[in-house]
Amino acid sequence: MHEMGIANSILEAVRTEMRRYPGSRPAKVGLRIGEMAAIDEASLRFCFEALASGTDLAGLELAIEVCQRRHRCCDCGSEFIVRDYDFRCPACESLASDCVSGDELELSYVELEDNEPSAVGAESSE
Amino acid sequence: MNRVPLEQKVLSENDRVAASLRERFRQHNVFCVNLISSPGSGKTSLLERTLAVLPKDARVAVLTGDIRTENDSARLKRFGFPTKQITTGGTCHLDARMIDRHLADWDLSDLDILFIENVGNLVCPSSYDLGEAAKIVVLSVTEGEDKPLKYPSIFFKAELMIMNKTDLLPHVPFDPDLCEENARKVHPNMECLRVSCLTGDGFAEWLQWLEQRRNAYLNLQPEVVSHR
Repeated sequence: MHEMGIANSILEAVRTEMRRYPGSRPAKVGLRIGEMAAIDEASLRFCFEALASGTDLAGLELAIEVCQRRHRCCDCGSEFIVRDYDFRCPACESLASDCVSGDELELSYVELEDNEPSAVGAESSE
Repeated sequence: MNRVPLEQKVLSENDRVAASLRERFRQHNVFCVNLISSPGSGKTSLLERTLAVLPKDARVAVLTGDIRTENDSARLKRFGFPTKQITTGGTCHLDARMIDRHLADWDLSDLDILFIENVGNLVCPSSYDLGEAAKIVVLSVTEGEDKPLKYPSIFFKAELMIMNKTDLLPHVPFDPDLCEENARKVHPNMECLRVSCLTGDGFAEWLQWLEQRRNAYLNLQPEVVSHR
């Protein structure tokens, strides 16, 4: 149940970033969540919408990319996705590997729109 | 539509405070551990027994977190070491700001070890860096052996798993080897200890771990200190 705090941090980061772009408004914010990050996506979306509604960020879309756990083999260097806690390198069968992704909790981008009254819903235009 | 890259951690504000805490701990050679477990696994009992066997002049202090009550700090203050309760009022984890606030009137140069007892919760505390040198996860034998597989985040981030209440092993269908095997599935290099806070079994190994890990911390150069 820490998704409320996470959602609040995302909204604050967007507000901070938007100060650099007067005349624009944010339409979408991109988030990367690793499968090991212990974040519940549905709960995060609920908190995000609840906190944004009625504020300057109402209607901001949250795009979530879930990152799988990836390891890099210490012996042959190949990278592979870990499924069901199976750490064996598919290329060389080695059991020695380092985790390179899977615990992300990162903001990756904000999409901006021109801040015009008619711009609402202008998703399809470039 | 104009896409602006925004490569930053969501909890960058917490991480910023945690980084400054980590730097202060480093300056004053304070070895800080963050104890995390589900409610009732025995974090407070582990600390009670630890404080009871430490020399009276040991330079240790404890911050203990709960949603409500001062019960844990009352239990831990009996041993005469500086102890403070952090009551979060509802928040399910400690964050770096809470640690920073509660350290304000302690002189870190008086300390060698700082124990932080997190709020009992296996999920949320794993996301919040507190500036610690090591996260430790505590699990008791009345829980399931598969807990590391069910809550992989904290088992992935902790460098030590302490299996507590081993005195109950004859009475419960719990396979400690299987539990350690599961922990190492999530975190292949996980260190594991087995203790009983009732009998004191395993405490020699636990105190030895603390000493060795603290020595390793003191010998590390600041730039190679890493954390997850």
